[in-house]
Amino acid sequence: MADKDVVMNKQRQIVLEPREKELPNFSELLINVGQNQNKAAFADIFQHFAPRVKSYMLKLGSVDEVAEELAQQTLLKVWRKAQLFDPEKAAASTWIFRIARNLRIDTLRKQKHFFDDDYDLEGIVDEQEDVEDKVSREQKSHNITLALSALPQEQTRIIRLSFYDGLSHSEIANQLEIPLGTVKSRIRLAFGHLRKNLHLESGEMV
Amino acid sequence: MSIHHHLSDTTLGAFTAGTLIETISLVVASHISICPDCRKRKDQLETIGGIQLKIAEPAGVSSDALQKTMIKLGKQELPHVFSPANTSSLSSSRGAALNVCNPEVPKPLRAYIPDRLEDVEWKPIAPGIKFFAIEGLKTANGTLSLLKIAPGVNIPEHGHHGIELTQVLKGSFSDEIGRFGVGDIADLDSDIKHQPIADTSEACICLIATEAPLKFTSLLPRLVQYFSGM
Repeated sequence: MADKDVVMNKQRQIVLEPREKELPNFSELLINVGQNQNKAAFADIFQHFAPRVKSYMLKLGSVDEVAEELAQQTLLKVWRKAQLFDPEKAAASTWIFRIARNLRIDTLRKQKHFFDDDYDLEGIVDEQEDVEDKVSREQKSHNITLALSALPQEQTRIIRLSFYDGLSHSEIANQLEIPLGTVKSRIRLAFGHLRKNLHLESGEMV
Repeated sequence: MSIHHHLSDTTLGAFTAGTLIETISLVVASHISICPDCRKRKDQLETIGGIQLKIAEPAGVSSDALQKTMIKLGKQELPHVFSPANTSSLSSSRGAALNVCNPEVPKPLRAYIPDRLEDVEWKPIAPGIKFFAIEGLKTANGTLSLLKIAPGVNIPEHGHHGIELTQVLKGSFSDEIGRFGVGDIADLDSDIKHQPIADTSEACICLIATEAPLKFTSLLPRLVQYFSGM
């Protein structure tokens, strides 16, 4: 198993690098869109996220045409809802991810979704928000990026397959050709490391 | 309310990725709506999802995609008003009105069952066990229901084909895993067999979603299951 991991790491030099520094500050751009309906700021967001929302849709099984349409619809929603974006509640990327994911559930799976990411739309106060939790969401997202990039690649890969690509443990085992038990233990290890690095306290992990 | 039993990362991750069936999603959402821990963990997983999106390999979009979208922007109304078809905002606004009077029923569930648990039209399925099938959601092959278990009564031993999620709305039960009180969620996967028993003088009311029919180990419950549609 260990040998296989090493080979896999050498083959795959992708997954996660903190390329964030080169990226624009998407929260600021979103706020600019929301407050001023600034089309240039929207175009910047579009250029970055539309191709990536499309790749997300493709990964989750859409055909090219549908994926492109959903990417455009997602970005249109970003435009429409930008006024409601609150940087204290979510990082820009988290917010856009939720819109894309929910749109996919609505249109592709034709299912209801029960996410309360729209609570900001309804003026419901998030009563569970920690009072001492004053680190900005963008900063938190950055901390998680750093913590993720500190993980061994096979762990970040499995986290992505599981929580982003939406594969079940057995589908991951098939795809990576590793035993189911290894999948489970890697996820457990990855979350152990993340919790340690982020000082997450509560919650059982896997 | 102090919650001792939480969602597994696997279930929470599938919820975050948007791959659960509707009925299971509803129970996950019901638990998250009252559990600060699980809500926080959901936010963390969504943050990871956002990071993955931000750094994903881009797919090629058509050269006029931005232009086409920009043209549509002009036609968008600002501020955006949600259409009545948006079910999540519908159920939430209904929930908001009920927020004070109905703490027993978690918000996401309020669109699907009577406002008060005592108004549920229970159907007896076995001595001491009543059942209410929740309608209006896709169950695949599974079930979504409320169960009311009289004090001291146990659900016959059973296993599961897929996920079984049980959230306690009232009272408590115990099984081989532990004791589950109001707000707790039992997040079981297929390798667990259990025999829950309502363990106080109060009836236990649970919200239960399964991915597939329960596998009762003995014949009589299987017959009851057949006739009740449980």
